Amino acid sequence: MIGVISYLVFFTTVAAILAIAVLGLNLQWGNTGLFNGGVVAFFGAGAYGTLILGGTPQDAHLGGYQLFYPLALLGGMMAAGLMAWVVGVLTLRLRHDYLAIATFGVAVAFENLLRNASGFAGGAQGLRGFQRPLLAWLGDGFTYNLLFLAFVLILLVLVYLFLQRLIRSPFGRLLRAIREDETAAKSLGKNPARIRLISFITGSVIMGLSGGLYGTFYAFISPQDVLPILTFQIWAMLIVGGAGNNRGAVAGAFLIWGAWTASGWALSRFAPLEMQLYTGSVQFVLIGFVIVGMLMWRPQGLFAERLVVSQTGRARQ
Amino acid sequence: MIQHFADGILVGSILSLGAIGLTMAMHMLRFANFSHAELLSIGAYCALVFDGIFAGIHNGLAAAVGPLSLTWSLSLSIIVAMGVTGLSAVAIDRLVFRRVRAKGGELSMVFASFGVAMIVRNILGLIFGLQAQLYTNDIIFAVMISSDPLLLIKPDQVFSLVAALVIMVILHLVLSRTTFGYSLRAVAENPTLAQVSGISLNRMITLIWLIGGGLAAAAGIFYGLTNQINPVLGRDLVLPIFAATIVGGIGSIYGAVLGGFLVGIASNVALLILPSGYSPAVPFLIILAVLLVRPTGLFGEERT
Repeated sequence: MIGVISYLVFFTTVAAILAIAVLGLNLQWGNTGLFNGGVVAFFGAGAYGTLILGGTPQDAHLGGYQLFYPLALLGGMMAAGLMAWVVGVLTLRLRHDYLAIATFGVAVAFENLLRNASGFAGGAQGLRGFQRPLLAWLGDGFTYNLLFLAFVLILLVLVYLFLQRLIRSPFGRLLRAIREDETAAKSLGKNPARIRLISFITGSVIMGLSGGLYGTFYAFISPQDVLPILTFQIWAMLIVGGAGNNRGAVAGAFLIWGAWTASGWALSRFAPLEMQLYTGSVQFVLIGFVIVGMLMWRPQGLFAERLVVSQTGRARQ
Repeated sequence: MIQHFADGILVGSILSLGAIGLTMAMHMLRFANFSHAELLSIGAYCALVFDGIFAGIHNGLAAAVGPLSLTWSLSLSIIVAMGVTGLSAVAIDRLVFRRVRAKGGELSMVFASFGVAMIVRNILGLIFGLQAQLYTNDIIFAVMISSDPLLLIKPDQVFSLVAALVIMVILHLVLSRTTFGYSLRAVAENPTLAQVSGISLNRMITLIWLIGGGLAAAAGIFYGLTNQINPVLGRDLVLPIFAATIVGGIGSIYGAVLGGFLVGIASNVALLILPSGYSPAVPFLIILAVLLVRPTGLFGEERT
């Protein structure tokens, strides 16, 4: 029984961490219409940033500044934001495919850099030497995991509430206005490029937070954790849940992560031995079909975007 | 230096072939097609299958052509594979892209193309296995062109380069000398006006996929001939091909050709300075540089 519960805690923690990243993507794609093809790079920047800033000193590579944990997490988020700023400034004033290609390129280059530059962050072996916060007081047991889950859930709720407020604010209205009709927004004196950049950076910072939590949870991060498949998974979560709907984004995260782990378990359990090497490919094909199928048959996702009415219009006399 | 340059030209010709189809589809359908590079894989594996079939049908076909490792059956397979890949591109458009186009915006198509890439790549892996394969196991030695500076070139590389150039010249003649070429350019320029003049948009889209798929197949086979074939071939080439289209300017076919060569040469020459592990990141640096200096690319036009 305790095994089942501790597995559930583990599962919920990872799903909630990913849900935060999906919320960040929802701000970019769902609310602003920005295509981020390299979610994993911003997620990874958060994870690496947090672990480098908060870890204990290592001989072989950079890091080990032993910062106070919340500061390290903030540093990771800033790293993600900085990367988003560079990519955004270069691409957001151009045709929208450029952002798609450039963000995809960032993810490839990021993974490539971390894998090769072993002096920078441990290279292919990953980043070790991170001490999970408060571990000395709470012990490395079930209590710790439970409290960490609570911490992640609180952050998830905070991010959710923040984004709900944001999309209902005048700024959120502006985002949707730009998404729907850029020229009209421009004619009202708005600056679409700047607003897009703010939205893109904010979304990426949220992804960085998600990455930082992920790194904290495992107390380890390696290039193996920042492969493009994670970008696909996070997209699938958003598309299935419903782009533009924050509740859908969270639901999609739990649903897809559940389906992913369940299919992984089923394949490793029931697939014949000689097929075990290929179970990854089967899962990738499945997630590809989920993305394509949703776009073809239910592009609005399970939870469609709700119309936000800011002012109830009443005709004047 | 000269060796890197020569290798770069060869890789460049492959990237050019891939980029031509990509830039045409991107211009016409207004979306970044991340599954385009998978057409190279489809072409490469298709040729592998037909090579086996043709060699089985007639023994003489299994003989190599001159000094190349390329066999007669493989040369036949190139043509068949180009056709089959073109048809697969049309089929993918009919099955997925056309429906998504009807339902959602341009960016949904980008998502869909990622999904398609994922499906195609992994199905190829499931069918043909994840290990790398070769068209032939015969070892063909490189010919030393000069010893100082050292320059080694394989006969297959020369063949690939020449064949790629011939294909590009044919495409150029078709685009500049035939009615079809005019219609194609008209549609790319102004779809509405072209349709008013009696050009069928759907027919043009089909033809673009056919040509793009055919060129991609040739590129994939040449890549397989000079390197090896594996299911992640598309994943490895997608970024360089995009870089080629951006360097040339999205929508410009001649830009794509030039962009392909530039990216190929730049990535290979960059290996003089960078350790080889970094080579996958070089196309990204090229993209960044172009976006900084001249975002519309060499021949691109400003368009939103």
